[in-house]
Amino acid sequence: MLLLALDTATPAVTVALYDTDGDRVLAAADQVDARRHGELLLPSVDRVLREAGRSLDEVGRLIVGVGPGPYTGLRVGLATAEAFGAALGTPVLGLCSLDGIAYASGLESPFVVATDARRKEVYWARYADARTRLGDPAVDRPEDLPEDVVSMPAIGAGARLYEGTFTAPCAADGGERRADLPVDQSAAALACLAAQKLAKGEDFLPPRPLYLRRPDARVPTNYKVVTPK
Amino acid sequence: MADEPLVLGIETSCDETGVGIVRGHTLLADAIASSVDEHARFGGVVPEVASRAHLEAMVPTIERALSEARISARDLDGVAVTAGPGLAGALLVGVSAAKAYAYALGKPLYGVNHLASHICVDQLEHGALPEPTMALLVSGGHSSLLLAPDITADVRPLGSTIDDAAGEAFDKVARVLNLGFPGGPVIDRYAREGDPQAIAFPRGLTGPRDAPYDFSFSGLKTAVARWIEAKRNAGEEVPVRDVSASFQEAVTDVLTRKAIRACKDEGVDHLMIGGGVAANSRLRSMAEERCADAGITLRVPRPKLCTDNGAMVAALGAEMVARRRAPSDWDLPADSSLPVTEPHVPGSGGPAGEHVHGHAPGHSHDHVHELSGKNLYS
Ligand SMILES: [Zn+2]
Repeated sequence: MLLLALDTATPAVTVALYDTDGDRVLAAADQVDARRHGELLLPSVDRVLREAGRSLDEVGRLIVGVGPGPYTGLRVGLATAEAFGAALGTPVLGLCSLDGIAYASGLESPFVVATDARRKEVYWARYADARTRLGDPAVDRPEDLPEDVVSMPAIGAGARLYEGTFTAPCAADGGERRADLPVDQSAAALACLAAQKLAKGEDFLPPRPLYLRRPDARVPTNYKVVTPK
Repeated sequence: MADEPLVLGIETSCDETGVGIVRGHTLLADAIASSVDEHARFGGVVPEVASRAHLEAMVPTIERALSEARISARDLDGVAVTAGPGLAGALLVGVSAAKAYAYALGKPLYGVNHLASHICVDQLEHGALPEPTMALLVSGGHSSLLLAPDITADVRPLGSTIDDAAGEAFDKVARVLNLGFPGGPVIDRYAREGDPQAIAFPRGLTGPRDAPYDFSFSGLKTAVARWIEAKRNAGEEVPVRDVSASFQEAVTDVLTRKAIRACKDEGVDHLMIGGGVAANSRLRSMAEERCADAGITLRVPRPKLCTDNGAMVAALGAEMVARRRAPSDWDLPADSSLPVTEPHVPGSGGPAGEHVHGHAPGHSHDHVHELSGKNLYS
């Protein structure tokens, strides 16, 4: 079965086509541009399908990263996946976007994934290993994170951005920081993870955004009096 | 006629998630999900609240429209979507969904202009638009006088508001009167029982040296607020009905006077009025009287087609198909300030997606008033 995975919850616009029969990625497209998710996503999907010589109606499952992530970009991926699903009757399965980054790390000991939530905050979650998240993702200022979280090895763009906070390196055997650990989200990793979960009959999330924050909006107290005093 | 273009249109520029389906000039479905109640306590549309609601409602509203129209999506000749102007994050939900829907079905995509759609919707009510058409568009987001020789390719702005949109003035006056949000319908209701001549509120930009087709409602709004505050400070009761009627009279007087002057100056014998404020009963009756006196044919769609909806987008999309305008490319951006002079956003000429090209430069034209003033990616 073909899986089409896409994720726009981070600055990456990432798309991958995965064949569960051969357990391999047929084609993938990764671009990092936090301001143009809306423009880049559909052309990327088109390119991936063309490169693999497949069409969208051959896809058996759509896999979409549901965040957490900055909302405007996040919604591009979800609206796209849901509309694909509605048009073709293809099931749309959600995955936590942080799980894709965790999975791509291949780490076997506990660590943290942190992405940039803007406004000086990170989206983060704790993992026991690359496949096992411990608890729900959250959003916090790095300096407000519990001590045991910041002392854990951390991966993702949020860990890079706040290197002063996340000080424990994901060390290779030699001790220096490993350069091969993922920074950006990759739909290929998301697709591999989805294939594993499907094979094991595991649950997915509904394709609904994980915002983790309420919209900013103030209830106006009263209108401004215009009569000069 | 079965060979007229069958088009689905998606509108998400403000707080209504609209999906309409038309065949040529025939309305087949007009499905709407509104988040207006969620904005009411904020006294205006909150962009992030609107965007979240659009994503929730998008696919269910598409499906509702399809079942209402009793057609199969496979039979569509195209998918149209509001590409702008509007709230950036809100537009992006509709544009993303429309692209995906069109791509999945192998249909051409038409990114169209929200304002041109407001004009084109009248084809569903009164048949083909005369060319040229004079259009007065009035809502919470826009107040414009537009001359449209060809709704798919040539729309010329004659004038627009230099401060508040007409609908915004209704909202603000309603707030001063503690009548809630949105203000248009409730003021219309009170005004019916009031005296429109009771208070002489100012008519903005109507002096001999003022721009003949531009509007200004900010001074009027302030004058109304001052008048009410003076009453309150004097310990007198505020005559809500008379204030509503007199305020509404001032707005509709200026709107219709300028629209008719534009028709006369340009030698156009048709006036189309659209946008949410076109649902106002006094605007309708005053426009009827004044158009009749001036020998101008007035076209105002039914109120449901005047407010934001998907049918208007589908109507313009169908016209694009009928006139063989170029579809948009798959990298179509949501442009919060798409100029009214661009009725649609054509692609590079080939079928959508074949020639993906660069990002269109930004524009700085009139756009929907955003409560938070935050931009797309804050
Ligand atoms: Zn509108």
